[in-house]
Amino acid sequence: MISKEEVEHIAKLARLELTEKEVGKMQKDLTSILDYFNLLKNVPDVKVASVKTSKTSEWMRGDQEKPRISGVAEKLIAGAPDKKDGYIKVKTIL
Amino acid sequence: MIDLTALTIKQAHEGLKDKKFTSVDLTKAYLANIRKSDKDLNAFLSVDEDFALRQAEQADKKIAKGDFGMLMGIPCAIKDAIMVEGQKCTAASKILENYIAPYDATVIKKLQEAGVVILGKTNLDEFAMGGSGENSAFGPTKNPHDKTRIAGGSSSGSGACVAANEACFALGSDTGGSIRMPASNCGVVGLKPTYGAVSRYGLIAFASSLDQIGPITKNVEDAEIVFKAICGKDPMDATSSDYKFDNSGAKLKGLKIGVPKEYFVKGIDPKVEKIVKGAIKKAEDAGAKIIEISLPSVEFALACYYIVAPCEASANLARFDGIKYGLSEPGKDLLDVYLKSKGHGFGEEVKRRIMIGTYALSSGYYDAYYKKAQEVRQFIKQDFARAFEKVDLIFCPVSPVPAVKLGEKTEDPLSMYLMDIYTVSVNMAGLPAISIPAGKIGDLPVGLQIIGNHFQENKILAIAEQMEKA
Repeated sequence: MISKEEVEHIAKLARLELTEKEVGKMQKDLTSILDYFNLLKNVPDVKVASVKTSKTSEWMRGDQEKPRISGVAEKLIAGAPDKKDGYIKVKTIL
Repeated sequence: MIDLTALTIKQAHEGLKDKKFTSVDLTKAYLANIRKSDKDLNAFLSVDEDFALRQAEQADKKIAKGDFGMLMGIPCAIKDAIMVEGQKCTAASKILENYIAPYDATVIKKLQEAGVVILGKTNLDEFAMGGSGENSAFGPTKNPHDKTRIAGGSSSGSGACVAANEACFALGSDTGGSIRMPASNCGVVGLKPTYGAVSRYGLIAFASSLDQIGPITKNVEDAEIVFKAICGKDPMDATSSDYKFDNSGAKLKGLKIGVPKEYFVKGIDPKVEKIVKGAIKKAEDAGAKIIEISLPSVEFALACYYIVAPCEASANLARFDGIKYGLSEPGKDLLDVYLKSKGHGFGEEVKRRIMIGTYALSSGYYDAYYKKAQEVRQFIKQDFARAFEKVDLIFCPVSPVPAVKLGEKTEDPLSMYLMDIYTVSVNMAGLPAISIPAGKIGDLPVGLQIIGNHFQENKILAIAEQMEKA
């Protein structure tokens, strides 16, 4: 069984606040799911031939500046919960 | 008077061409159906009637000029994880409850250029995480064939609305079965395209190495029409490929169909097995050669998927931090804002997957989980590559069981995950696959899954259409 402390540690890494009840349920659920993952220990030691992937050049674009689509930046900022003068407001971090 | 909402895309197109009705007539008929039946079904999260009618009026103007494409004026519905500019896009999450899409997804641009009418946005499992549709923050979608049962997920609303004649077709997305499951459960057609066949720009990301957008339609011909309209290279999605859809001319007669023996072992409902085997027999009767194949990686595919997908999700969902989008909970410092916004904004299943992903990627566990899963993923790809040296297509079930009762599996997440056992391998290998109706158990539809090699949607669709008529 995965411990309460472990669940709380992972939740902190994930930046999730969990209630006491959620931690308990998470312990139970994660334990059964992680137990299921033990199945992967039985994977036969197969030699996997390198699988052909598409050419990298297809995935890359030239390092060129693209014209900005007008209005999108404003709409993106409009979607933020807290903003000022066209900027997204963040709490002080220092 | 014919029921306009029962028409397929092709039939509606013919009607528009012959001036039997207008796009506004079609749109009004669908909106009336939504008003009548969606309180019960909960397939839609939002419907913008004015927006729909404006699009229909525009389409009618173009139709009046003659010469128009197959999708002009056709009313459709869009999974609420795909952005339509100016419309809400919630991913069925409280964290995005009031989020307005700032731009159109590429698939939406393409559909709008083709002249479709967008009726509204459909329900889903929150952030597309689920196989039943019950993980929506706004209530589950019900199955139109039996309202005490799930519609299947995660594209639950997209499947249900097409089955209930609330839209002529819909778009869904499929990360581990999310188009095929609702299609199977609702008795409609759902195509999960090859990884890279359709741009994901503007789809809210769940697991980026697996996500694909695809159509849910009333028949196979419609799936082909919509797929052709949305596929192709997009500079905004680096994983998208040039795609040229040629008619394959594939025929059931002489076709080599692989049937993986690992898909018919304990766990499958005997009635589902009977229906799928019956479909395979039909193909054989039409002249196909049935070949038993083995995919030894299948046993490990689900565990592999439930590591890879949550790992990617935990990274993708980090952006919903209470700063850039949607819900923001006040906190004493920045960390507190993060913790509270995510803690309160995400639902139970999303939190569970973020936890699994964070755990599997954390120091000390990475090799045992994430790295191992990546190795298994290569094993799965190799299995399918070998199979396709011997066969043209693979026939198998979509789900081991028909639509389950609402609430039947929500308490035990692992039992819910196990329903994805036949669909996840396809995503791990980046293959295309379709679900087509194969029969019914009582009122409950059961789908047949047809899997093809990379970029062979043409072959899948050609054969699926012959199976539909067989």
